[in-house]
Parts: sequence; structure tokens; C-alpha cells
Amino acid sequence: MLFLLHDGITNGAVYALLGLALVLVFAVTRVILIPQGEFVTYGALTYASLSAGHMPGTAKLAVAMGVAAFAFDLFVARRALHWRLIARAFVVNIVLPCILLALTAWLADRHPPVAVNIALSLVIVAAIGLFLYRLAFQPLAHTSVLVLLIASVGCHLALQGLGLLFFGAEGQRGPTIMDAAVTAGPLRFTGQSIAVYAITAAFIVGLWLFFGFTLYGKALRATAVNRLGARLVGVRTTLSGQIAFLLASVIGALSGILIVPITTLYYDTGFLIGLKGFIAAIIGGLVSYPLTAIAALMVGIVEAFSSFYASNFKEVIVFMLLVPVLLLRSLAAPAVEEEKD
Amino acid sequence: MKERLPILLFALAMATIPLIPGMPPFWIVLLDNIGLSALVAMGLVLLTGVGGLTSFGQAAFCGFGAYTTAVLTTAYGVSPWLTLPLSLLVSGFAAVLLGLVTVRLSGHYLPLGTIAWGLGLFYLFSKLEFLGRNDGISAIPPLAIGSFRMIDPGAIYYAIWTAVLISALLTMNLLDSRTGRAIRALRRGHIAAEAFGVRTPRTKLLVFIYAAVLAGLSGWLYAHFQRAANPTPFGAQAGIEYLFIAVVGGAGYVWGGVLGAAIVVILKEVLQSYLPLLLRGEGQLETIVFGILLVGLLQLAPAGVWPWLMSLWPQVARRRPPDPSLTLASRVRAAATPSLLLEVNKARKQFGGVIAVNDVSFDVQAREIVALIGPNGAGKSTTFNLITGVLPATGGAISVLGKPIHHAPPQEIVRLGISRTFQHVKLVPDMTVLENVAIGAHLRGHAGALSSMFRLDRADEARLLAEAARQIARVGLAEQIDQAAGSLSLGQQRIVEIARALCVDPMLLLLDEPAAGLRHMEKQRLAALLRELRDGGMSVLLVEHDMGFVMNLADRVVVLDFGTKIAEGSPDAIKRNPEVIKAYLGAAA
Repeated sequence: MLFLLHDGITNGAVYALLGLALVLVFAVTRVILIPQGEFVTYGALTYASLSAGHMPGTAKLAVAMGVAAFAFDLFVARRALHWRLIARAFVVNIVLPCILLALTAWLADRHPPVAVNIALSLVIVAAIGLFLYRLAFQPLAHTSVLVLLIASVGCHLALQGLGLLFFGAEGQRGPTIMDAAVTAGPLRFTGQSIAVYAITAAFIVGLWLFFGFTLYGKALRATAVNRLGARLVGVRTTLSGQIAFLLASVIGALSGILIVPITTLYYDTGFLIGLKGFIAAIIGGLVSYPLTAIAALMVGIVEAFSSFYASNFKEVIVFMLLVPVLLLRSLAAPAVEEEKD
Repeated sequence: MKERLPILLFALAMATIPLIPGMPPFWIVLLDNIGLSALVAMGLVLLTGVGGLTSFGQAAFCGFGAYTTAVLTTAYGVSPWLTLPLSLLVSGFAAVLLGLVTVRLSGHYLPLGTIAWGLGLFYLFSKLEFLGRNDGISAIPPLAIGSFRMIDPGAIYYAIWTAVLISALLTMNLLDSRTGRAIRALRRGHIAAEAFGVRTPRTKLLVFIYAAVLAGLSGWLYAHFQRAANPTPFGAQAGIEYLFIAVVGGAGYVWGGVLGAAIVVILKEVLQSYLPLLLRGEGQLETIVFGILLVGLLQLAPAGVWPWLMSLWPQVARRRPPDPSLTLASRVRAAATPSLLLEVNKARKQFGGVIAVNDVSFDVQAREIVALIGPNGAGKSTTFNLITGVLPATGGAISVLGKPIHHAPPQEIVRLGISRTFQHVKLVPDMTVLENVAIGAHLRGHAGALSSMFRLDRADEARLLAEAARQIARVGLAEQIDQAAGSLSLGQQRIVEIARALCVDPMLLLLDEPAAGLRHMEKQRLAALLRELRDGGMSVLLVEHDMGFVMNLADRVVVLDFGTKIAEGSPDAIKRNPEVIKAYLGAAA
């Protein structure tokens, strides 16, 4: 019983991180970020590849996407090109990912310490997240949630395919972050699960501080409430979108790195993990961070118990969990007029 | 019949394709798949594009259709033709059950809810013993007419595309009807539609069932085409893909569904067969390219490919002008109209601690224009919402013709002969002025969804449109009758709302700031119209900020301030009332 709870909470903590990222991206950009799962796999498998001394394909992808993003920037600014703008776009889109690629290639067969590998994986996936927004979503920022969603699914397909290309169909595991373990009564807490709890808690507090107390955080919230209004008072909405995607990709990659020592990850595992984070986000109503975190823990626990007692129907139970919650939420919601489009 | 000509040509073209000598069977299979997807996408067009209810779960309904026939034909030896109605029934029934839960979800919860049960049902299909678990059911008998068995893809082709064409026709008929207008109004929120008697939950459920039955039909055809059913094609992936198809093709257009199916199915096929040749078969290249192309396509044509194509061939949609000789039965009015029409007695509305309307009492007599005025935030629009049932009153009583209407929903209020306009215009911008106004006559028509689909509603429909056209002419917008409502100026849109309210054949007209955004001459014309309506026996209650307009028009004025009535009387008395002057200009004045 207790070990199930422990298992559930560890998984739930990861779902909570992902749920938070989904809420963040949706609130700021109205994109339901299906590729969140790919950030998880990319982070995990990049880290695993680096640890195994391979050169991850994601570094090359970052360069390729950077080049495309540079082309997009130039195309959009073609009527008013000036050197400062071009130089800035060049540095962000071309120079940075190229430095990353060089660094990765140089470090790949030198077996750097775990911390370096983690940092490198995070930065690579962060770059991919940033460019993904620039390439796929920034041009669609004015369209409906439905169109954004379909585009999001398109990105998911492309990134998942690329994942197979980079990492192959075999699953991989990565080295643990902490080998220490604590035994408390009948339970054994591995260093890894403690790291999971600590990092999740740190992120939740960090996000809370960021959104509550910093100018950028407030700008992001303003964009979420009213795009036009935010623009009129000088918030650059594209910047908000970029920050949101940056944070989401870092969070995704980090979750991946946290779980890859515990479970074997395949190129397509991320999707299902992301989906469960998503359920938590929905239960949180796509707006509330604390509710999302609590819901994620609940999803993790329900999953752990149902996989033990009724493993055949595990997914059915987890997904059906949603329906009563959604119903309750709708009934509780005030009857406000929704103006769409 | 002329507007059906392109469809007839399309049907003929589709019928001849398999007869072309040397047609590769591979292409026929592709067309079969396009037809199957198009059926599901068409349901989604109605549900998502037109009705605004996004569903990821359509593939599950295909599953219901396919598994019903699979089980019945293999385990019980029932003829495939007999299972057709049963398959449709089972999908429809599943839609009722899921729909009752799902359509009550608001906003973003709805698509998420459909993902949830879409995934849940997929896992259920793959775990249930009598559905063959993951292996599914095989050896399903083919469709057959006499001894002609449709095993060949070229034979079932006709069954599939006949289903597609018939469904397209029925769907277009449905959209162009009384029920169709109600469906098209759903996407713009429910308040306006409900104010004219549309039962929105029921309408949502109707589209939900309609889309599910189309998906069930596709599933039934699929089972007899593949002659096997397993869970994979009914999973979440497929559900998302159907939504792709609808969005890429143009989610608001019936033919967008068919076009989208063609684009997506062909694109996938081409990528799968040619990319590996081009790049020597590395991994899932086709999904990568497919994903990128999809995003690119959306960036080029966010509204879908069909409307983009249509804009290349600009065409004037000419509709037959409504026949002015047709009339609708008017409301039965008591011979001697009682003088007291509306009585508001101590109406109260609290939002938490805020008292928006504080025990306000006033009345409206027959043949009277009453104006409700007051500074911003005085509670005028809230009072309107209490009278029309949009908001439930916290306390007090409101009665019409002596009958209390406590807690009656908007649909009941409009039945009593009270119709309204809105402060923030609530028209469907992509519908024509005529169609928007015809929503006002919703309760005066009787045709249901089925009779609309089979065009048995034409007599009823012609009378509705004639009435709408008459009211449009009455408010002076006959020139704009075929324009999209969204293309009119804001002032004109307010006038369209008045025409829509008049279509109810009301006893009492509630106008929320009708003169805002009108030019001087337009205001004078509006005042003349309202006087004419009063002299014809109608009463008008209006909220308005233009004092010149109000004081010249109203018989009586009620003044609200901070939710409380501070004065009532003739315009001249109100103009001199010190309380009113204080409320508007402050104490010093």
C-alpha cells in the first residue's frame, strides 16, 4: 500500500511539473502544448545520449530550427531591415545554437560530469522550444484555439518523428542524479525520488515568485488575460510567448531528466506522460497552479493503485477520472457569456 | 435546382472515375478512404466548425458503428443491411449518453472532455472480450445486393460515395433551415439564441448526435470495407486526425470536410509511398514532413483550404427573394388588451455583496413607450436581464399580463411576447441579415431537424423568411438584406437586432441602447418607427443615454441610480427633478 503511494507521488510530482508548464503555455499563448511530451523525451534522451558518450541529434535540430527561424525573422522584417535587427536575430538564431552544437560535439566523447550533461541537455531543449514557438506558433498567434491546437498536433507529429530519427526505437535509461537513499520504516526513498520532490517543489515556488513578483511574470499574466490590452501598454506579446515556450521546454526536459534514471524512455513515451500532466492541468482548469499540482499528485496515485489492482483498465480509469471533474467544473462555473473568435 | 448543379456534376464525375479504363485499383482504395474520412469530417464540420463544439472523440463513434455490425454479423449472422440502422442507432445512443454529460461542459472543458472519453473508449474497445480485445473481429461479411458481393474496392466505392453525397446534401439542407440557423447561432454564445426561444442544450445535443451518426455510418462502411474491425482506427490518434481534416479543409464548410479528407489522405499516402524512395527509408520521415506541412498549410490558410479556394472564384449567391404574400399567424391577443402589460415589483439582484438592482418597482402599460435611464452602472441592463430571464432575480416579483414569471428561462419569456435587443450587439456575423432576423421568428416556425434535412420544411421556411424580410423592410434595411451581418456598421447592426426582435411579433419590445452609434437622421427614423409601433399597439421599454432622443420619444421615464429607482414620471417632470439632476451632474449642480 505505502509503496504504491510512494510510487504514485513520485510520478505525480513529474505530472505536476508538466501540468504547470501546460497551464503556463496555455494561459499566455492559448496553445494547448501537445509537444510538451516531446520536450520530455528530448530532454531525457539527450541526457542519456550525452551520458553514454553519443552525440545527440537534438543539437543539430536546434541549429536547423535556428536557421529556419532566422529566415522567418528576415522575411517578416523584409520591409524594414536594419543592421541591428539582423545582427540580433543572427546572434539568437544562428550563433547560439552553433555554439551549442560545437560544445556538444566537443564534450560528447569526454564524459563530462552529470551536472554538465544535465545543463547541456536543458539548454539544447530550451533552444528547440524557443524556435518552435517562432516557427510554428508566432505566425498563428491571431488565430483560434482550434487552429492553434491542430498546429500543436502537427508539431507533435513532426517532433516525435524526429525523435525516432535521433534516438532510434530502443528505450534508454540515464544515470541517476543522486545515488544516496534513505530508509524510513518500510519505505526506501531513493535519492532520485527525493530529487524529484525537491525540484518539483522548487519549481512551483519559483513559478509562483516569478508570476507574482517580477515584471516579466506580470507581463506574461497580462498577455494571458488580454493580448491587445497588453500590447497597448507596451508588453511585447511575442516575447511573452517566447518566454512561455522557453519555460515549458525547460520544465519538460527537466521532467524527462528526472525520470529517465527510474524508467526506460522510448522516443514516444513522452506523449503519454505529457497527457497525464495534461489531465492534471485540466482538473486545475488550465488556470490554477496549486490545483494543478494537487491534481497531478492525485493522478499519479490513482494510476499507481489502478496499475496494481486493475492493470488492464489503468488508462481507462485515469482518463475517465476526468469526466466527473469536468462536469463539476462546468456546473460550478458561473453562466458567463463566451464570445469566441 | 440551379444551385445543385455543381453537386450533380461532382456526383457524375465521381461515378465515372472507377469506369475509366486502366484506373489503378490503388487509387480507388484511396478514394474509398477519402469518402470514409469525409463522412466523419462532415459531422465535425457541423459540430465544430458551425456549432463551435470541438470534439476529439469522433473516432470512438466510428468504433461504435463498426463494432455493432462486426459483432452482429459475425456472432449472430445478421445481414449487413439490417445492421446499418442498428449501427447508426448504437452510435446515436452512445452520443446521447456522452452528449448529455459533454455538451453541458463549457468553453475549453468540452474538447478536453471529448479527449477523455475518446481515450477511455479506445482502451475499453481494446480490453473487452466480446470485441476481441486488441485483435478485434475479423471475417466480417461484405455488403451484398443479391448475389453481387461488394468485395472489390471498386464495388464498395459506390456505397461509400453515395453515402457521402447523400450526407452532404442532407447536411446542407439542415444548415439552410430553421434548425440550421439555431445551430449556426450556437458558436456566438447562447444568450442571443435563447432570447428567441432556441433551446441551446437541446440544439447542441442534436448536432452532437448528428455528427456521431455520420461517424457511425462511416464506421459501418469501414467494417464492411476492411471486413475487420480492431481498436487502432478508433483511437485518439484517429480522432485527432478527423479534426485535422475538418480544420485543414475549412471547418465551417460541408465541402471543406470532403476537401480536407482528400488533402490529408492523399498527402499521407504520397508521403508514405514516395518519401522513403526519395530519402532511402529512414524512420518516420513521413510523419515529420506531414506535421511540418500541416503547420505550413495552417499558416497559409488559417480558415481552411475550401474558403480560400472559393475566394478565388468570387460568385454572387443569388437567392430567390422571399414571397411577400406569405404571412405567419400573429399572436392571439385578448380582445380588450389589459392596460397593465409588465409589472416589476421590488426586483432585486445581488452579485455577492454588490446590489446591482435594489428593490426596483415600475410598470409598463399597453401602448406606451417607457424609458429606463440612469448613469453608467445604474443597473439598467441588469434589470433587462431580470425581465428577460437571462439572470435569476434574487428577490421580488416580475409579472406579465398579471402572470408572475419568476425564474422562467429566456425561452419562456419570449413566448409570452417579450423580445429584446442587446447593448453589445449579438448577431452571427457570417450569416446574412435575412438569416439573422429569421432567428427572431424561430418560435413561429415548426419544422424540426428531420423535416429540414429532407426539405419537407419549405412551406414553413418560406413563411419565416417572408416575415423576416417584411421586418427588415420595416426598419429600412431592405438594401442590405443579403449582406453578412458582420459587414454592417454598428448602428445598422443595432437596427438589425430590432428587426430580429420584431420577428417575435412581440407585445413588449425591450431595446438596450438602440440609438447608440446611429447618425442624427437614423435616430429620427428610429424614433418614428417606435412611435408607429406604439400606435400599432406595441409597448416599448428602452434603455438609452441620448437624452434628446429619450425625452422626445418616451411617454414615461424611470430613473435608476446605483441600482435604486430615484424618480419616475413624464419627461418634463424628470427634466426638472432635483434628484435626477444630482445623479447626473453631481450635488453642486
